[in-house]
Amino acid sequence: MPNYTLNINGKKITVNADEDTPLLWVLRDELSLKGTKFGCGIAQCGACTVHINDSAVRSCSLPVSSISGESITTIEGLSETGTHPVQLAWKEIDVPQCGYCQAGQIMTASAFLKEKPKPTKDEIREAMHGNICRCASYNRIEKAVKLAAKNS
Amino acid sequence: MSQNKSLSLSRRNFLKTSLLAGGGMLIGFNFLSACKPEAILPIDISNLNFNDFNAFIKISDEGYITIFSPNPEIGQGVKTSMPMIIAEELDVAWEKVSVAQGFYDPKNYQRQVAGGSQSIRFGWDALRQTGATTKQMLVNAAAIQWGVEPNTCFASQGNITNANGDTLGYGEVVKVAANLEVPENINLKDPKDFKIIGHDIINVDIQKIITGDPLFGIDYSSEGMVYASVLRPPAFGNKLTSFDDQITKSINGVTEVIKFGDKIAVLGTNTWAVMKGKKALVAHWENETKLESTDDHNFELFKILNGNKFETNREDGNVETAFKDADKIIERTYESPFLPHNCMEPMNFYANVTDKKVHLVGPIQTPAWTSGKIAKILNRKPEEIHLEMTRMGGGFGRRLYGDFAEEAAQISNIAKKPIQVIFSREDDMAAGTYRPAIKYRIKAAIKEGKLTAYHLKEAAINGNMYGLIANFFPAGCVPNYRVSTANYKSNITTGAWRAPFTNFLAFAEQSFFSEIATELDKDHPQLIIDLLQNVKGTADERIQYSPERMEETINLVIKKSNWGKTPEGVYQGFSAYYSHNTHVAEVADVELKNGMPVVKKVTVAVDCGIVVNPLGAKNQVEGGVIDGIGHAMYGDLSFKKGTPQSVNFDKYRLIRMEETPEVKTYFVENNLSPTGLGEPGLPPAGGAVANAIYKATGERLLKQPFINQLEISKSKLLG
Repeated sequence: MPNYTLNINGKKITVNADEDTPLLWVLRDELSLKGTKFGCGIAQCGACTVHINDSAVRSCSLPVSSISGESITTIEGLSETGTHPVQLAWKEIDVPQCGYCQAGQIMTASAFLKEKPKPTKDEIREAMHGNICRCASYNRIEKAVKLAAKNS
Repeated sequence: MSQNKSLSLSRRNFLKTSLLAGGGMLIGFNFLSACKPEAILPIDISNLNFNDFNAFIKISDEGYITIFSPNPEIGQGVKTSMPMIIAEELDVAWEKVSVAQGFYDPKNYQRQVAGGSQSIRFGWDALRQTGATTKQMLVNAAAIQWGVEPNTCFASQGNITNANGDTLGYGEVVKVAANLEVPENINLKDPKDFKIIGHDIINVDIQKIITGDPLFGIDYSSEGMVYASVLRPPAFGNKLTSFDDQITKSINGVTEVIKFGDKIAVLGTNTWAVMKGKKALVAHWENETKLESTDDHNFELFKILNGNKFETNREDGNVETAFKDADKIIERTYESPFLPHNCMEPMNFYANVTDKKVHLVGPIQTPAWTSGKIAKILNRKPEEIHLEMTRMGGGFGRRLYGDFAEEAAQISNIAKKPIQVIFSREDDMAAGTYRPAIKYRIKAAIKEGKLTAYHLKEAAINGNMYGLIANFFPAGCVPNYRVSTANYKSNITTGAWRAPFTNFLAFAEQSFFSEIATELDKDHPQLIIDLLQNVKGTADERIQYSPERMEETINLVIKKSNWGKTPEGVYQGFSAYYSHNTHVAEVADVELKNGMPVVKKVTVAVDCGIVVNPLGAKNQVEGGVIDGIGHAMYGDLSFKKGTPQSVNFDKYRLIRMEETPEVKTYFVENNLSPTGLGEPGLPPAGGAVANAIYKATGERLLKQPFINQLEISKSKLLG
């Protein structure tokens, strides 16, 4: 199996994996970064969302061999102590119920706000439409994204 | 150090106290009256075994409070709301409380279940008494220290004061308190004095959730653990005949292939390898039993509805005569499909079976039942099973059934190593314990402008409505009333799904009452209120709901939703339903966009008694309403020759952000003991939406998912 040197949360890490291994499983199984979640494996639910150079990407469908030196950020690296404006807004609004999908929601929202710092309600709903929350915390997600935009 | 050796039945919710070697005091108590009398408290913190009790309160010398709770948390919020009740009566600042998840021990406990929206209802009294008794012990300790009578002392916010103005913190008296007798006949607070209950408290796990800390079963791992992906029969009714694992074994990371029963487990060093390895298996199957399709189910269920082989669940008056004498009879048939649960965290479980013990870790709603089944399967003693529950990425009923934990235990038992079974989404949807397809036929007799008879027939798969449901509304309101049930036995596995039976029955009944209201030229909510008058003061103890509480709930939703006063282009539908001891009424506002109805807003009124945590309560109700709408609109799992036809989110549609309406929730204010909220918000939602869509389009929706009929109507409309 080939070696890959990845730039994850500001650190260079070398992993040994089959070339078709999705980034998700490298993060979870090889590096014990368990915050990025498995939901569907086909990029339909958003639970596995990470940032590749500031863009939200579904790590379950991104082969490790397709990454070359890009900066990868996972939920663990979004902030040192959970103080990213999106994380703080998630807390203030009490968004989660079961909480499983929320890392992916937060990663989608934070990438979106970087691209569009002052979004409208419709823009938020469109941007977050790709992330499933089975507990249906959608309205609080919308509120939290709005609050994070206000506070950033 | 004192240790109460026996717990009398009258005090069995309690309480054993112990002084901790590391400082502070430990109090063992029981969340759900489930603790066996012989359970013994550990002597000191170094031997602290959280299995020995249902829960603990630990009060440190510094006055910090830790509440250990082993009750399963599936997103329903009990890990936050149950400790709130203790903290209220203990009278401490919530900021000084932390909550930790305990384990499960089948030896000492009889019931630790997440299901049926019952945790708060059953826990309320015991939790209050626990907090209040502990507070009284601390007060008694302070009184001894001061040499005064306890009734001259007063405790609040973690401090005790006396008439002389002296103050002691809880932490300063724990050493004395731990040695005192447990007092009885404790006064509870007047609800008007509540400082925590009734206030918004944020999820106790929030920090871990937003930073991605390992919390869930799927995040668990141990030294030497391997992953396992399981190939199960592709169709219900299949049996394994032979398989070839040559390609599988050549995949990097695959270490072993194990056949157990009709399943094949691929083991390996990472999840991707075992998932690939499973796909590479070449397996041959034969048909052991009939491979059923949705068409077969439709045929069988209609055969039941058109026949006369029913059980009678409840019968009042003379239904036959009432129908014979009727001016008009209305009859409708409502149909629902199978539904998968689709917890966002796919099923998974960790097992390490050794000669010494069976160690299990993972997300499970029923640790007792599952431990017992695994002990039987592995032929081990119950006390050899050690099960740890994790926070669950959703439950919805799926994690009541421990099939995935049984698989993990079986595989580890053969492999002789720690393993984690992990379902792919396809595995999760194809190996379900589905909400079964059900058809209801409801018939009503109308005479002289009144509803004189009501007959509900249920044709379901694998089982029928539980006993209480026949005594829900409109039982007692209609003089001639009958509920009849029958079922067809299928080889497709079925089970409880959030608000079992009522998740669809409420839609059927509330759609039907909307039709009756139209027929009688009455306002739908007014019709329900009028009917409720007939059951007020009834001596019939079988009746489950309260007509007074239901009426008040309906009146609240009418007021808050501006019922009947909406602007042009907004169409409203009403629905009210009692389930899981909670009364709920909902009004959906629908608008038309390009010929398709869009649900813009749902107004909800809820009577669940005292609202313990309004923030969490609103989240539960809102989530239930949107879940109800999503599945009524889109949820559809059909079968072809025993095989489910949609096994991932590309084909199976769940409600998403842009389809989500605004939800406004209002609680009826009273001081009645609280009831649960995990399920009751869901059942009325489908009916409210269907009734609003009728107002918008003139079309009655009788079949879920609605989207199928709506798409047909739209294409007709647009030509």
